Amino acid sequence: MTDALLSGANASTEVPLKRRLRRAERTRQVKALALVLPLLVFLLFTFAGPIAGMLWRSIDDREVRQVLPQTVAALAGWDGKDLPDEKAYAALASDILAARASGTMAIAAKRLNYALNGFRTILTSTARNLKAVPEPGTARETLGKINPAWRERATWTTIKDASGPVTGFYLLAALDLVRDVDGAIVAAAPDQAIYRNVFIRTFIISLGVTALCLILGFPVAYLLATLPPGWSNLLMIFVLLPFWTSLLVRTCAWIVLLQSKGVVNDSLHWLGIIDEPLRLIYNRFGVCVAMTHVLLPFMILPLYSSMKAISPAYMRAAASLGAPPVTAFLRIYLPQTLPGIGAGSLLVFILALGYYITPALVGGAADQMISYFIALYTTETANWGLASALGAVLLLATVLLAVVYGKLVQGQQVTGGMKN
Amino acid sequence: MLVAARSSSTGPEDGVEGGTPPLVRFSGIQKTYDGEHLVVKNLDLDIRKGEFITLLGPSGSGKTTTLMMLAGFEVPTHGEIYLADRPIKNMPPHKRDIGMVFQNYALFPHLTIEENIAFPLSVRKINKAEAQERVRAALRMIKMETLAQRRPGQLSGGQQQRVALARALVFNPQLVLMDEPLGALDKRLREQMQLEIKQLHETMGITVVYVTHDQSEALTMSDRIAVFNDGIVQQIDKPETLYEHPVNSFVAHFIGENNVLAGTVETIEKEYCRVALAGGGAVTARTVNVSGVGASTSLSVRPERTSIILDGTSSEGPNRLPARVQNTIYLGDHALAVLDVAGNGEFMVKLQPGAHDGLKQGESVFITFRPDDCLALDPV
Repeated sequence: MTDALLSGANASTEVPLKRRLRRAERTRQVKALALVLPLLVFLLFTFAGPIAGMLWRSIDDREVRQVLPQTVAALAGWDGKDLPDEKAYAALASDILAARASGTMAIAAKRLNYALNGFRTILTSTARNLKAVPEPGTARETLGKINPAWRERATWTTIKDASGPVTGFYLLAALDLVRDVDGAIVAAAPDQAIYRNVFIRTFIISLGVTALCLILGFPVAYLLATLPPGWSNLLMIFVLLPFWTSLLVRTCAWIVLLQSKGVVNDSLHWLGIIDEPLRLIYNRFGVCVAMTHVLLPFMILPLYSSMKAISPAYMRAAASLGAPPVTAFLRIYLPQTLPGIGAGSLLVFILALGYYITPALVGGAADQMISYFIALYTTETANWGLASALGAVLLLATVLLAVVYGKLVQGQQVTGGMKN
Repeated sequence: MLVAARSSSTGPEDGVEGGTPPLVRFSGIQKTYDGEHLVVKNLDLDIRKGEFITLLGPSGSGKTTTLMMLAGFEVPTHGEIYLADRPIKNMPPHKRDIGMVFQNYALFPHLTIEENIAFPLSVRKINKAEAQERVRAALRMIKMETLAQRRPGQLSGGQQQRVALARALVFNPQLVLMDEPLGALDKRLREQMQLEIKQLHETMGITVVYVTHDQSEALTMSDRIAVFNDGIVQQIDKPETLYEHPVNSFVAHFIGENNVLAGTVETIEKEYCRVALAGGGAVTARTVNVSGVGASTSLSVRPERTSIILDGTSSEGPNRLPARVQNTIYLGDHALAVLDVAGNGEFMVKLQPGAHDGLKQGESVFITFRPDDCLALDPV
């Protein structure tokens, strides 16, 4: 050992040291991993798994391929410029007969109907009227006779588009885009184009609620951080009390308060301020009020924690250096609360983006946010593809926001240093 | 009267000579936080232009409250404070033009050093070029030009303290307040900063009000020291005067090391009195703060003004007391002998290096001190 130390140059002593360090670190890492493992597994099954599944469903497109395998194969080489050849018609006829026999026709019909309204009728009428496999060479004529739609190119491009195994159809639909007959991406028909508006509405409501929470929460957080402990504890309970109450209960309380025969309207009427009841609920106003109330603690708590860390000495120092209270607040206090403002706003905004219950209960038809449509497609129409695509777009927007915020905060910390 | 006072004190040429009105005048100031207990009891204090005055006292003595009232962060319950003859009791802090250095520096963490120092200039809307020049000069003064772009969190305690100083001085305030600014630094750095602050005070001719509970810091730096206790200024004087001529026991004990002997006044002859010690024996002391013959008193004797006599047969002095050696403490540049003198078992005597090396524990010796070095003060 002594020999090795004496004779060994830097290189020979360094390697074992590094290895020892790695070994020591590894033990610690294993221990840390073991501590988080249960949660990690839980999250994998309840969070990462479902999200991956959702993302996959938004591009998954195997229904048609499964029900009409021969047609899909026959259309593989089709360039889409003219009607497909006789072989494809024959394959379709044979697929339809097989699907009728196995009862799987509805699966393909549902999927194709998303892309081309009325496709379900085309398929079912064809299936009903096709008695047997057409004679070789007569498939095109037979099918065309049963339903003239088979003589249209659009019918066939729809099948080809839906032949999977993956598709951009749902994601495009979530952004109000479709592929036309020639495969180019174009805007959807005005009566179909609703999601972009819903996304914009979702963002506007979320932004509005975030702004309201910030405006209402900032002074409360300031009070919480500056009041003597006894009073601030009491105030904190008032802030947290709604936090501990069920979301549904709070939303319903707003219905009681805001409805046309509700407490607010009755009081205003009694005071003689209004003659007709105000419309306070089932509109944007109600949604914003109820969501702001529900989300306020998520703004107040991060603000409070950032303000609590600001020593009152800073404001005194600013005053002693000649800054009037407003200047001191804007130049010394406010900048130090920015991390709290950022965290609170991001939290509220992201939570608001995904809000479902509150707008569904206190909003009108024009106030439904994207989650409402996601829920609609999963529970009512079972259009998993579109629901997943809407979810994926929402997730992407949220992740982008979080990344931008992370970059901003990181940039601040690099130059910040913060706290002494 | 107010108008006249104001006009006489605005010119910078005033206040240099001794006869001019003080820069700051506390007049009958009282302060209570709870309405029952006075933290500051009837304070009258004048601060002259250009002086370095230290408010010294134990915690809770009212010195920080006094400073905060001067800075404008606390409002006096009673009385008035004048700054350059203007009453400022109700003037908000940002209008007082008083620079302040805080206990924990209070540098703004989100601003660079340069921005911190520029802050008082930018809130005064001083034009950019001049502000930049003054910030540069301030950075040069604290020898931190190269660290201008750092954030406070990246500096050491001593560096932060320098920045806080520069920030409080850069706008040329008429008065600079310092609230235990060196409390968080280690001893060596503290001593270095004391000298730097003192030097700044001398070269810039600023008026400084300094708060500390550390008496050696106060002695090192101050022109005058106001010793606070229990909301009352016990004594305001130059450091030498405080040390040599404390007016009462509190000041004598608070400033420097001090031995106490309890006794009763037997006779008073002009400046001197004869005191019978409670532990036996009698000494002659200087009469400072005793109510009369028969009153009990505390005698104050400094360790360095006492000598040990090994040879019991040497000439009799007026103040000569038998003592027993308890212990000796080696302190590098000097040593202390702990003796048992007239019932005081912790009587300290400062020994010169090399002297009395042979003192043994339990040895019987004599101590002696001049009557002038023994002060008869109020009983503790």
